[in-house]
Amino acid sequence: MSSQDIPEENLPAEQDHAHGAVSVADEKNPFADPGLPPHEHRIQDVDERAAKRSERVVALLFTVSMLATLGFIASYVAIPSDKSIFVFPIGHISAMNFALGLTLGTALFCIGAGAVHWARTLMSDVEVADERHPVAAAPDLRAKVHEDFKQGAKESAIGRRKLIRNTMLGALTLVPLSGLFLLRDLGPLPGTKLRHTLWSKGKLLVNMNTNEPLRPEDVAVGSLTFAKPEGLEEDDEEFQTEIAKAALMIVRLQPENIKDKRELEWSHEGIVAYSKICTHVGCPISLYEQQTHHVLCPCHQSTFDLSDGARVIFGPAGHALPQLRIGVNGEGYLEALGDFEEPVGPAFWERG
Amino acid sequence: MKKLSARRRHPLAAVVVLLLALAATGGLYAAFAPASKAQADETAQSLAIEEGKKLFAVGCASCHGTGGQGTSDGPSLVGVGAAAVDFQVGTGRMPAATSQGAQAPRKRVQYSQAEIDQLAAYVASLGAGPAIPTKEQYGAEGADIAKGGELFRTNCAQCHNFTGKGGALTRGKFAPTLEGVDPKHIYEAMQTGPQNMPSFPDTTMSEQNKKDIIAYLHAVDSSETENPGGLELGGLGPVTEGLFAWIFGLGALIAVAVWVAARTAKAKKS
Amino acid sequence: MSTTTSTDSRSRGKAPAGERLADWADGRLGIYSLAKANMRKIFPDHWSFMLGEVCLYSFIIIILTGVYLTLFFHPSMNEVEYHGSYVPLQGQLMSEAFNSTLHISFDVRGGLLIRQIHHWAALIFLAGMFVHMMRVFFTGAFRKPREVNWLFGFLLFVLGMFTGFTGYSLPDDLLSGTGVRFMEGAILSVPIVGTYLSFFLFGGEFPGGDFVARFYSIHILLLPGIMLGLLVAHLILVFYHKHTQFAGPGKSNKNVVGMPLLPVYMAKAGGFFFLVFGAIAVIAAVAQINPIWAMGPYRPDQVSTGAQPDWYMGFSEGLIRFMPGWEVNFWGHTLVLGVFIPLVIFPLVLVAIAVYPFIEAWVTGDKREHHILDRPRNAPTRTGLGVAWMTVYLTLLIGGGNDLWATHFHLSINAVTWFVRIFVFVGPVLAFLITKRICLGLQRRDKEKVLHGRETGTIKRLPHGEFIEVHEPLSQEQLHTLTAHEQYQPLEIGPTVDDNGVERKVKGAEKLRAKLSDAYFGEESQIPKPTVEEYKEITSGHGHH
Repeated sequence: MSSQDIPEENLPAEQDHAHGAVSVADEKNPFADPGLPPHEHRIQDVDERAAKRSERVVALLFTVSMLATLGFIASYVAIPSDKSIFVFPIGHISAMNFALGLTLGTALFCIGAGAVHWARTLMSDVEVADERHPVAAAPDLRAKVHEDFKQGAKESAIGRRKLIRNTMLGALTLVPLSGLFLLRDLGPLPGTKLRHTLWSKGKLLVNMNTNEPLRPEDVAVGSLTFAKPEGLEEDDEEFQTEIAKAALMIVRLQPENIKDKRELEWSHEGIVAYSKICTHVGCPISLYEQQTHHVLCPCHQSTFDLSDGARVIFGPAGHALPQLRIGVNGEGYLEALGDFEEPVGPAFWERG
Repeated sequence: MKKLSARRRHPLAAVVVLLLALAATGGLYAAFAPASKAQADETAQSLAIEEGKKLFAVGCASCHGTGGQGTSDGPSLVGVGAAAVDFQVGTGRMPAATSQGAQAPRKRVQYSQAEIDQLAAYVASLGAGPAIPTKEQYGAEGADIAKGGELFRTNCAQCHNFTGKGGALTRGKFAPTLEGVDPKHIYEAMQTGPQNMPSFPDTTMSEQNKKDIIAYLHAVDSSETENPGGLELGGLGPVTEGLFAWIFGLGALIAVAVWVAARTAKAKKS
Repeated sequence: MSTTTSTDSRSRGKAPAGERLADWADGRLGIYSLAKANMRKIFPDHWSFMLGEVCLYSFIIIILTGVYLTLFFHPSMNEVEYHGSYVPLQGQLMSEAFNSTLHISFDVRGGLLIRQIHHWAALIFLAGMFVHMMRVFFTGAFRKPREVNWLFGFLLFVLGMFTGFTGYSLPDDLLSGTGVRFMEGAILSVPIVGTYLSFFLFGGEFPGGDFVARFYSIHILLLPGIMLGLLVAHLILVFYHKHTQFAGPGKSNKNVVGMPLLPVYMAKAGGFFFLVFGAIAVIAAVAQINPIWAMGPYRPDQVSTGAQPDWYMGFSEGLIRFMPGWEVNFWGHTLVLGVFIPLVIFPLVLVAIAVYPFIEAWVTGDKREHHILDRPRNAPTRTGLGVAWMTVYLTLLIGGGNDLWATHFHLSINAVTWFVRIFVFVGPVLAFLITKRICLGLQRRDKEKVLHGRETGTIKRLPHGEFIEVHEPLSQEQLHTLTAHEQYQPLEIGPTVDDNGVERKVKGAEKLRAKLSDAYFGEESQIPKPTVEEYKEITSGHGHH
């Protein structure tokens, strides 16, 4: 059933009454439109002194605006950009920002206030009615346009010469493909890049704070330490991209508190190393609660239990944090025993 | 304020004040007494431990056990060190309220500094732990503010926010704001890891690191901190900014729009 | 011919300079016929009709300040060491984008002010569009012939969101970087092509060295360009359709009552631009926004608690925060439902409101033009649906800030999250039912008022001792205003047997439409407005109270 089939009686009566209809009460229909009420004069329309007052207010507002602009220029020139002032109750703020903002704001606001006051009090406030005309064209115009279009289409012979039409459509469909191809070099193909990090067998765990390799005895129970792989320095060109995958969170648990067997195996004397990158969408998760051994992500509140293989216990993350297998090298430093066994960070289609 | 004035009229108030005064005098004496002789030091130390033990028995033992060995209501204090006591009692977190919430919040301090030192001395005697830091350790001298900022963002901001305004943890727990917290207490918190906060011992976060962090916090989260742009809006980021934009920004503009569109007063019909 | 030329030249010689200039322009641009149609165009006065102007003006402010900012901003991710005047960052490594934003904030005089005006204006622009859209929704201004303009407005809102998001990401600070990281995670969750999209967007692995420059061209060129086009089209259509108006004496579906563009609206609308600009400048003088120096430069291994996007993206943050962590692994592939479902719901929430006008038009089957606005109470089902939609939106906004709710109201963050998970389903249903009830109550009150007059508060004692309140009959203006609204009758399924006795199959769509029509206009959903007969009977029956 198309909407044309709606019976007329289901639609409400058209609200059509000519504008400016009789303003006397209609005996038959007390709800009829009485027409525009007669215009009432404002004080300014009848009292010239009131009008003069309005004029002065408007002029005053425009004058204040001029003064404020001068104030803006003066502040710009006179106030040093690093000057700090205390303004109650805002606090210690930049004098320049405050002065420039207030003067500019005043200058602009007063122009607006003046113009509006002018319009409200001195310009005519007689309400006028404008007729509306239907948007849709009249039937004869509609017919004429259709006719013209058909004529044009016929003259082009696009309907008759199918070969032209089809090849043109083909050409127009194909040509955007070049643009699509040009987008190819926006970036390299993913390959297996998301599966690997800088960690590999024998890489030392370097403390983010001190830039020194960590020893097991440095890491106390209840403490939290962040580490990066040996050799990655902050001024390296690829630092951001590498640390986005390699960042490590190190905590020490009492070995008897570790519930997950593999976690215990991959730890060293209760020291466990987990990826700092949340498996949900990649925030550096690190709100470690040392009594509950839970770690919370500040972005979307995924909660992981570090004493139980970092499994998800709350929130939108879909899988546990990857653990890095660690041990101690001959010189007594903590080292990685390989790369992460699964991709770190957010899950993706090829992750498997 | 009401509570304080009510307590002032308590029959035992005079006794408490007297005791506090005595303890303060004792503490001052202990602090300023000539420390030339190690013998005197040791005596003072054992005296403090004795006093601390008494205070502990009254105020702490019900939860932490008579020897600080811990009970089901409170953890063992063996080996937590003087710094932990100074932090917990010095920020009013201990003694905790009887009805425990998700965590013990900072509240009014119940003991004088001298008593806290005695308690700390006693608890330190139960097992070795971090000592109360000295002014040189947490003072601003020789600190690198920018390095402190970087360290803060790596180690602290995830719980305490960019500029130490605090944030939520799981199940009603929270990381408190760091504004107005004594640098000494911040140092102790990093060292000892109170409640659910992990510790950042000197072995992984050096003394210099801690000093830098404290200096950074002073720069960005104290009453002298400059917010060049104006109102800080809690320093909580886009949520409060959004609220402000809606209420004061759009709100003000709608008020202006009402004025622009309103009818001008009509002349009274006589 | 010759006479006209001579009069032309004569009048040109004498006419004032302005008139001569206008003649010159008309001869080349035909401005007089344009001016004839528009110079004295009538605009009705109502504060809610100015919400769109708030958006227009804040958009202009954003463009003006944005152009200024581009003079100083370096859209580059090359690492540099900071040596500007903000002490707590000196010597830190940061991208040039962050460095130049610090430069604008601390070393360009007035730079901080312009940055803050730009950002505050952006928040207000989006808030203004939201409220403007709700105004249009609740008054039914989206009905024919304005459906296309509704869509233009909707597109402006959505594009505004993304323009805002890309702008928020440009300074490459720790907060916005976290937001970009979230976006990368969301893109990765797209089945099959997710990793490819992410690698193409970021020029390789996240964060790489490209996204600031790419977001820059999207933020300052691509999106604002499209928005400018849409905005002009939106305004042309407003002029072409002429503004809607509320019912009232002298106002009909065939006219528009108000004041002419020249001079009143020229002054009011022009003045309002300065008022908006001035107010935003004052806000930027007293309230700080996005202090990137406090957040520090972006590093993928650092984060702060309370990491939220600007408010207009807050509902997507709520969507992602309340999802359970569903993840399906099969045949070596991973379907990341925990992220992908919110990514799909995100546009659906927006599209739901965008397609509403077409659904309503289908249900009513009304093909006429509508220029008289509905009062929300007179369209209870539409109003209820609108409030339900807003409830979903607001619940998600609350969910997006669940950590701040938890800390500031001493709640458990888990409890807040669970509340959002439940309320996002229950809330809209409740909101719909309650809103509809309220609307019907208001309709009853209007009917009461029409039939029995206004309660004056004057108590009168009748001769036999009864106390009554005196009701004053309404004026004809008021009677007309309160009864001018239209009421549809619910649609019934036509006869199932045609004239020849052949049974006709009733299509599912037809049944659905009849059901919806009943839900919209059935007995439960509207109070029949008073009729003239009812009115006459009551007023003549016991004329005096």
